[in-house]
Amino acid sequence: MTDMLLFKDIDEPGLKTLAVYEARGGYDSLRKALALTPAQVLEQLEASGLRGRGGAGFQMGKKVSFLPQGSMEKYLVCNADESEPGTFKDRELLQKNPHVLIEGIAIAAYAAGTDRSFIYIRGEYVLQADVLDAALAEAREAGYIGERVLDSDHSLTLVVHRGAGAYICGEETALLDSLEGKRGNPRLKPPFPANQGLYQGPTLINNVETLSTVPSIIALGGEQYAKIGVETSTGTKLVSVSGHVQKPGNYEIELGIPSREIIYGLAGGPPEGREIKCWFPGGSSAPVLTPDDLDVPYDFDSVAKAGSMLGSGAIIVVDDSTPIVDLALKVAKFYRHESCGKCTPCREGTNWTVKMLERIDSGEATPMDLDIMASVQEHIIGNCLCVLGDAMAMPIGSMIAKFREEFEEHIEQARVRQELAAHA
Amino acid sequence: MPERASGWDRASDPEKDPALIPDPATTEVPPELRKRIEDAMTLYPERHSAAIPALHAAQELHGWCSPEAIEQVACVMRVTPAYLDSVASFYDMLEKRPVGKHSVYVCTNISCSLRGADALLAMVREHADDDADFNVRSFECLGACDIAPMASVDGVYVGPLEPSDVPQLLDDARAGRPVLPQKQLATRLVADPNANSQEFPAHAPEEARR
Repeated sequence: MTDMLLFKDIDEPGLKTLAVYEARGGYDSLRKALALTPAQVLEQLEASGLRGRGGAGFQMGKKVSFLPQGSMEKYLVCNADESEPGTFKDRELLQKNPHVLIEGIAIAAYAAGTDRSFIYIRGEYVLQADVLDAALAEAREAGYIGERVLDSDHSLTLVVHRGAGAYICGEETALLDSLEGKRGNPRLKPPFPANQGLYQGPTLINNVETLSTVPSIIALGGEQYAKIGVETSTGTKLVSVSGHVQKPGNYEIELGIPSREIIYGLAGGPPEGREIKCWFPGGSSAPVLTPDDLDVPYDFDSVAKAGSMLGSGAIIVVDDSTPIVDLALKVAKFYRHESCGKCTPCREGTNWTVKMLERIDSGEATPMDLDIMASVQEHIIGNCLCVLGDAMAMPIGSMIAKFREEFEEHIEQARVRQELAAHA
Repeated sequence: MPERASGWDRASDPEKDPALIPDPATTEVPPELRKRIEDAMTLYPERHSAAIPALHAAQELHGWCSPEAIEQVACVMRVTPAYLDSVASFYDMLEKRPVGKHSVYVCTNISCSLRGADALLAMVREHADDDADFNVRSFECLGACDIAPMASVDGVYVGPLEPSDVPQLLDDARAGRPVLPQKQLATRLVADPNANSQEFPAHAPEEARR
């Protein structure tokens, strides 16, 4: 295992205060970055190969380079609306090491040539937002944020903006609408936020973990960072493991290690006497994988090749005590509740999927309904402004494909049960 | 539902013209609320961005986003009440009906339900549904699956919870004490065994907020 980058001594008392963070070399990377030109900092970010940790896995350096040059009003927004079911890694960082995020934002803003930044944090994270507010006040006081940062020509404002509970606001364009004070409805893309984002200005949006990694990249150098992990997935990644495992929690891993090592080695595997039935490798939006896929290396491309996605790095393990229909219903109900209602395929598709799954449970379904349900999923994918609908369609579609027999059995058992009840 | 304020169940009148931006001369706004909203507006290049922080502030004062609360925010922000209504009705944490002053959000998403959240929610409902002081809700993933099944009590995360923890949890919230101090997320060390190079003490529990 390479050294920890994000979780190194994360529980050290007082780490959330500036004094302890500085004593550990905090804000040295910002000093180092400000001594370089913004273009040189960007070069380091691109050389690192760092891929976004929020879900899409887009190369961060490339994203920064998409912003137009020039002195127009540009924005940097940190997405701290962590709400993908199963994901809780950003929470650990925000709560225990807020300064590494602030430092990362300051460096990224310098590279992107922006002087206004925002952190959009989900409203439920009360403790984490309070910690962030306190850390930001210290950083301002010390001159890391504000006019002429560390006596350079670079200035930066940073505002912590608390959301109010809506999964969709984790989607970047919905987040921008919400930050502008509207309902969080996704926007049509293009234009992409890099061209027209917050207040119609060019906007860089990155996840908490992505930005928190930036100081390490500057400290190590982009090329050195790229040596960690595997070629197309560099670096370390925080993984949230939850569900039916003995030691649920956050783990920092080097990308590319076998998934089995995370689920069994670190998280202790399923409870005694249980077997894994399926697992989500990247939050509830990722197609499920089976125990046969446990040896898939845990990196962006390998998980994609196995037919799923690494997403936000949230592994949810489901053991053989859970009926697959129950799991599908839980997933579908979540997306029905969180659909913003703007696009018809998502609004209606999530609703009908729930209704059909409930029919299975009540004994009114036939195996033919499975095909209808699968076709509903196909009609959602790619037909909406954002991927919320896809995020239901992909896991549900994969469950029907991989556990069809169990679905059919469930349908038959429920039907028989209902018939017996009718004759009783 | 206890009667706390009037207005939430009154249907709108389609014969009436839509409400305009409230007149500052006739709309009374508590000074501390006005200040919080004005402070929030100065943080952004565009004042509309303060809608959520302003509604949060009004909700803290009034207990929910009542017509009166919305009117006051609209007056200070110089927007129509309908605009703020559209925002308030979108977000789960902004209440459009009067609710109890202690919120108990029980997470019932996948990871928590795999570990018994439905039984936990049933237990909380059994003990608190008739109590006007509590606002019990099942909530989508709160981002704390490591302490599943869990709940957010007045904003404080606690877990993993057993149904038998519920009476104590409610008593603590009622009395304004730290809620189940031993089970608070704030006190929890990271799960990764390689993260810390030495033994660190657990952090202190949180004070109750309201």
